Amino acid sequence: MSKKYSFGTGLIAVLLICTVLFSGCGSGGGEKKSKSTETEKATVKDNTQAVQDVKQAEKIFQALPSPLESAMLIKSAGGKFDKKYLNPVENQNKYTTNNSQALNLGIYTCDLSFASLYDQTQLIINYMNAAKKMANGLGIMDAIQQSTIDRLEENINNTQVILDIVSETFLNSNSYLSDNDQPAIATTVLVGGWIEGLYIATQLVDLNEFNGNKLVGRIIDQKLSIQILLDLLEKNKEVPNIQGLVIQMSKLKAVFDKINISAKPIRTEIDKSTNTTILRSEVTTDMSQAIFKELRDVTSEIRNSFVQ
Amino acid sequence: MKGIRILSIITLLLAIASFNLNAQCKAFAKNECLPKLSPYTHDGNYHSAVLVEGEEAELYKTFYSDMEYRVAIMGEGKLPNVEFRVLDDNKNVIYSNKDNNYAKTWDFRLEASKQLKLVVKVLNNSKPGDTPASGCVAIMFGFKLKK
Repeated sequence: MSKKYSFGTGLIAVLLICTVLFSGCGSGGGEKKSKSTETEKATVKDNTQAVQDVKQAEKIFQALPSPLESAMLIKSAGGKFDKKYLNPVENQNKYTTNNSQALNLGIYTCDLSFASLYDQTQLIINYMNAAKKMANGLGIMDAIQQSTIDRLEENINNTQVILDIVSETFLNSNSYLSDNDQPAIATTVLVGGWIEGLYIATQLVDLNEFNGNKLVGRIIDQKLSIQILLDLLEKNKEVPNIQGLVIQMSKLKAVFDKINISAKPIRTEIDKSTNTTILRSEVTTDMSQAIFKELRDVTSEIRNSFVQ
Repeated sequence: MKGIRILSIITLLLAIASFNLNAQCKAFAKNECLPKLSPYTHDGNYHSAVLVEGEEAELYKTFYSDMEYRVAIMGEGKLPNVEFRVLDDNKNVIYSNKDNNYAKTWDFRLEASKQLKLVVKVLNNSKPGDTPASGCVAIMFGFKLKK
């Protein structure tokens, strides 16, 4: 998501260069100059450390499941399609701020992915248009062009082409935000998509078939991503909207913390026929229905605050 | 006044350089790295960084048991080989492309969902006194449903 030599890094570098440039311009007496030089050296050292810290932070990536991956997980776990759990496209005109457009770009992309995987042809077009509107609102004019919509319509019965188009449009959006040094917006889009996936998954669970439910297993797996999500938010914590998300996600993490996951070390095997490595390990998990309901309710509360 | 003018020029040059580097990385990721994911479906996420010889980057991601994955990690042509290691949460190395002639892709699937850490390092081939090469390194993931 983030990259080296971002504009933020550039500004710090400018400050550093500025400090260095002006450090040679002093005209005071010996003792004063010496004291001043010591202070300046300390400043340069601090700035150098700051630059190194920023550079280091920019080389650590936290990768959340994309909206497409979240939707794919629901389908693979046997989740049934139900339109009522998607954010209606009629809501799109309500989103006028950058924050709401970013959240709902993620949400609509997840809904679009979900509709695509279940061959909901008219919904695919509608949700692509809704995602386009959110992207345009964020200034990402070339993420979803009219030609993309046309290509989508031409291939509406070809699921793989549709998935490739969804992937491509999401890549266009998040790479635009990265290129234009808007990591907080990019993170917000990811949060929106991830919460939508979790919302749909939790809503689709039938409590009468709770034990051994594959979808419940995938929901438990999201515990592995909640800290990644919080680390991602932490990088942009100075942005007010991100601070609000940190509070909401911390509440969700508190519920995930009640779920137990214990795993044995990974053993690797090679499937020579496909040249694929198989990572074998045994994992035991424990989530009661009461904790599930709490998770479902908190997720629903957060998601509803995003779409309102 | 002169100082302010120099500062403005430096700021502008840095901003342009930053934008150009970002655009260069994006083009590299799309044109060179993305095609390596085929026949897997790209997840749509984008991770890239400009690294200097000898530098490392880390990536944390959860991988799910219902999926088959391909990771593609590539450095621009002017860079030496890019080594990548995959570690579990106990810091055990479960894969290194060094053992596979610095392969640019790795296909894998999991019996149980796991969070893994990828450590990516540009090898250092420069001699003392040389300016180390720098360039874009892209990390991309593709997936498909397990058969």
